[in-house]
Amino acid sequence: MDLKLDHHTKDGIEVVDVEGEIDVYTAPRLRELLIELVNNGHYQLVVNMEKVEFLDSTGLGVLVGGLKRVRAHDGSLDLVCTQERILKIFRITGLTKVFGIHDTVDEAITVRKSEK
Amino acid sequence: MATVEMSFTPLPVHVRTARLVATAVARRSGVQEALLDEVRLAVGEACSRAVEAHRAHCPGEPVRIELTGTRGRFEVVVTDAAARDDDAGQPAAGPETANGLPAPEAGRPGDGAADNGYASPDDPEALLPQGLGLAVIAGLADDVKISRTAAGLSIRMSWPSGHAG
Repeated sequence: MDLKLDHHTKDGIEVVDVEGEIDVYTAPRLRELLIELVNNGHYQLVVNMEKVEFLDSTGLGVLVGGLKRVRAHDGSLDLVCTQERILKIFRITGLTKVFGIHDTVDEAITVRKSEK
Repeated sequence: MATVEMSFTPLPVHVRTARLVATAVARRSGVQEALLDEVRLAVGEACSRAVEAHRAHCPGEPVRIELTGTRGRFEVVVTDAAARDDDAGQPAAGPETANGLPAPEAGRPGDGAADNGYASPDDPEALLPQGLGLAVIAGLADDVKISRTAAGLSIRMSWPSGHAG
């Protein structure tokens, strides 16, 4: 399926819900959304990937780009993902050490708040 | 002769089609269900790389993909025609690189690409290591060979399959 994007604020953190496939065709849309959020002053982001069916290196590039953008404002970008097929690509590329990866949005927010 | 051969216009939207076809042929060839995600991702990476290379060097040329299921292996070959100008004068076919070591021009989005939604060179995405897609392929495919042909780069990857032919 195509890519569906939505976002909402929870406990002061912007949660981005991603559904579908993040690849070379759809990744630019996620990239644009992350840029828009940062430009609007949202520097604490959680990207919920529980409904992501496919992620390739282009999508990884967009997430890393988002992370660098929020870090430039002392912000954070955490991920929510429990799907083995998606986690595998983070492991292969060593990006599990770069992102905070959590089981639920609530956990991601709790951990982020506790680190403040 | 390949079980399925196709070529497609180098547009990102067609990479998904290539993934779907490759996964279907892999399943039909007897590749285990547990490996199909790896086939899908590796083929997607190879096609994405080829599409980006074509868009930079030869947008009018199609990307080729061959899918073959024989002798207990399912093999995919993705071939681009994006030989760079500075390849001129080099041998037509360079040494093969086993297990997916990044090729020199391994494709991240690059120069002048901001108008098509890709990262421009000064964007954070461009800071990722070049050849990340090939590194992913090397981590996924059971066997990978990358070779430079007269026309461009050929990525050959294979997985075990259940069918003899």
